[in-house]
Amino acid sequence: MYVATKGGEAAIDNTHALIAEERRGDPAVPELGVDQVRQQLGRAVDRVMTEGALYDPALAALAIKQAQGDLVEAIFLLRAFRTTLPRFGAAEPIDTGAMTIRRRISATFKDLPGGQVLGPTYDYTHRLLDFALAATGGAAAEAPEAAPTDASMPRVTDLLGAEGLLQPELPNPDQGEPFDLGREPMSFPANRDQRLQNLFRGDEGFLLALGYATQRGYGRNHPFAGEIRMGLVEVEFTPEELGFPIAIGEIEVTECQMINQFQGAKGLKPMFTRGYGLAFGQSERKTMGMALVDRALRAGELGEDRDHPPQDEEFVLSHSDNVEASGFVSHLKLPHYVDFQSELVMLRGMRADAERIHARQEAAE
Amino acid sequence: MTRSEPLMEAAGVGHIYAGGQVGCEDVSFRLYPGEVLGIVGESGSGKSTLLSCLAGALEPSSGQVKFDVGRQGLRDVFQLSEPERRLLMRTEWGIVRQNPRDGLRMSVSAGGNVGERLMAVGERHYGQIRDQALDWLGRVEIAADRVDHLPRTFSGGMQQRVQIARILVSRPRLVFMDEPTGGLDVSVQARLLDLLRGLVRDLGVAAVVVTHDLAVVRLLSDRLMVMRHGRVVEHGLTDRVLDDPQHPYSQLLVSSVLQA
Amino acid sequence: MTAPITAGDAFHSIDGSYNFAYLDEQTKRMIRRTLLKAIAIPGYQAPFGGREMPMAYGWGTGGIQVTASIIGVDDCLKVIDQGADDTTNAVSIRRFFKRVAGVAVTEATAEATIIQTRHRIPEAPLTEDQIIVYQVPQPEPLRKLEPREAETRKMHAYSEYGLMHVKLYEDIARHGEITTTYDYPVEVNARHVMAPSPIPKFDNPKMQMMPALQLFGAGREKRIYAIPPYTQVRSLDFDDHPFAVQTFDTPCGLCDATGVFLDEVILDDKGDHMFVCSDSDHCKGRRQAGHVGPRAAAAARLGFPGSAGDGA
Repeated sequence: MYVATKGGEAAIDNTHALIAEERRGDPAVPELGVDQVRQQLGRAVDRVMTEGALYDPALAALAIKQAQGDLVEAIFLLRAFRTTLPRFGAAEPIDTGAMTIRRRISATFKDLPGGQVLGPTYDYTHRLLDFALAATGGAAAEAPEAAPTDASMPRVTDLLGAEGLLQPELPNPDQGEPFDLGREPMSFPANRDQRLQNLFRGDEGFLLALGYATQRGYGRNHPFAGEIRMGLVEVEFTPEELGFPIAIGEIEVTECQMINQFQGAKGLKPMFTRGYGLAFGQSERKTMGMALVDRALRAGELGEDRDHPPQDEEFVLSHSDNVEASGFVSHLKLPHYVDFQSELVMLRGMRADAERIHARQEAAE
Repeated sequence: MTRSEPLMEAAGVGHIYAGGQVGCEDVSFRLYPGEVLGIVGESGSGKSTLLSCLAGALEPSSGQVKFDVGRQGLRDVFQLSEPERRLLMRTEWGIVRQNPRDGLRMSVSAGGNVGERLMAVGERHYGQIRDQALDWLGRVEIAADRVDHLPRTFSGGMQQRVQIARILVSRPRLVFMDEPTGGLDVSVQARLLDLLRGLVRDLGVAAVVVTHDLAVVRLLSDRLMVMRHGRVVEHGLTDRVLDDPQHPYSQLLVSSVLQA
Repeated sequence: MTAPITAGDAFHSIDGSYNFAYLDEQTKRMIRRTLLKAIAIPGYQAPFGGREMPMAYGWGTGGIQVTASIIGVDDCLKVIDQGADDTTNAVSIRRFFKRVAGVAVTEATAEATIIQTRHRIPEAPLTEDQIIVYQVPQPEPLRKLEPREAETRKMHAYSEYGLMHVKLYEDIARHGEITTTYDYPVEVNARHVMAPSPIPKFDNPKMQMMPALQLFGAGREKRIYAIPPYTQVRSLDFDDHPFAVQTFDTPCGLCDATGVFLDEVILDDKGDHMFVCSDSDHCKGRRQAGHVGPRAAAAARLGFPGSAGDGA
């Protein structure tokens, strides 16, 4: 039976209906509420907000529901929405030093001002499936009230910086407005603002793998988890007509500052350097991968060899975005009859030539 | 040989790295057409930094490097615009890298490698490009039936010869060589040196050869500079410097080779 | 056949929440500025602040952004993919513009004021009153030879195109001929080497001195480039290995056309196949004019779309 290769309007309508039906699943099972996604799949919401580059838990939850839990698809939905939003301007830089801490750990100091705050983490759970969760309806055991944290929780990097042991990171006085990756194309060589924005949106799995590769020797940079902190920070914005910053809300972020060995080259004294990671919500794995890769990408600036993919700026920054990557990979599903036909004509011609030559040779023998 | 105008002139060339570390300091010389200048010194002597400055890859922090660009005479290499400098590099200059992998396109056939410079300056006749590639591969003693093979199927010595053919095909006036025989077996080194000497003489191309190997400069260079701690400690005709070194460091360098 | 839809003067998209043609006016202005730059320097890849579109990257987001920036309520849009108006992605993009811009759409090449295309140039010559918008997956013709953007930009700036011929040289050395069959590099206005997008090299000569404005949008790579009307476009080659297009031994099985690009259609599992016009509108027009191809009857028996009755 011959099947037409060219599709049409009806096919598209049908596929939309099919995914809608699949999304809902068995109607006997209650429909998933967006609030449930937001409340109970918080880490998925955090990832979609981070890589979708939009802090909006409700929309991220909607995107996750719409995408049937396919997070890369949900990130894409959020980005496509974000791109249509008008710009009011840039917020003031958030001050993670003034964070309302929920979690704060340092691997470099046993104790430090403000102390270590474990907060919510899977780190010390035993990865045993909890079959109790398979039953619904039960209320979770209530967590004990957290002891109030110290008012002052200076960042570990600030403590080291005060001693001059850590390379200071100061704003570039020549820089005007910060780069806006949502409005401008990447250009190379990239400045750090471009790079960090790109890594912030970058695919968690990609950054995790690259960061892991640096640990295994592909661009080793001797990292220590100087500090990871997670909690709420205030977002401030300076309206033109006011001329001073006002708080417009709070967002939850995770910040990771890796401290890396540095031998001192190109005229710099030996000191520690850092790699920086930041993400919305509770996204510790993402921020650690990001910080490792950020540091690896500073190889050129610090006069280190650039021999491995994580140190290669164009390689990393051109391939980190999963919306771009999944789009281009999936476009292979689009018809390529014309290119393929061109190759077919060429291949048949070349085979015919080869056969003619072969026949001539045989005749000559 | 007419000695009217120098091909290249270095005047007080020095480079200090951002951290204050001295690369090289106050190097001056004139290089005449067809002349081969050897630069020797141990690693860290500043010879590689100097080569980078001369070859337009690293801007010196002091002094000037001038090259005879033809109608306009000697011009400061670092005052040329980037396209002018890049054009110079792929036509009148050539750099023979120590590792042929750095100087060749490993995924392009030997013939394509040799033909690239011709195509870069607008040669558009396939047959003529191929004929010239074959001619040059022959001159570096690579059999014609290897013309379509990839460099990775070649031995290290053959790769180095393809690299040389790839550069000489554009008839450069000046070739920079960075340890051209480094990493090769001794017997292969001797053959390559012999070939290089013949080609340099036949073509009348000028060259700056940087090496730690005195045998290389003995065979190739007319004049010799001995470098130590970023400075030139002795400069003279190669035979004179090697047979009758004046500076204590040159004496040490020559004697240590003789002992070895 | 899809009936043209007439746009109302005061257009409101179905969703209400999106601007005419989806993009906000500020973005359109940014893209138009980039387009002007691109037209002023034919073949030069102008970077632009490409937006995330509600279609996946690689599925025509560059072309869609260009079309969205130039389309007006009076325009009539044709969208083709692989030369055909009825391929799924062409249908999807056409529906997108019907939904967000409400413009008239058509399948007839001659009726269209804007033709957005992926991988083909229509067989019928385009006119001064038309604009063709190409969807581009990889705008950099040098990318396969030099992966670094910082370097390829210099190569364009200084006209260092020797490497491009090295690729062609390698083809001839290995295969006796240039084996690039689509996305075949061209030199525009005797200056910039440009990727024509993955059209078959068969279509390259149509770009030369084309009366229509040609715009190219690469969404994922965030580049726009253009060829103004009546511009020299030369396919790269060697003097002794001149550029040549594909030829087909058979005419179109449905409309008997020759000198057009043909798609191969497999008819059964015994190896029977036929060649049909890749340009579906061209084929339809010829059939309406009474041309009958050698396989028309067989195709009708098999229920091949557009073969029986459709042409009448």
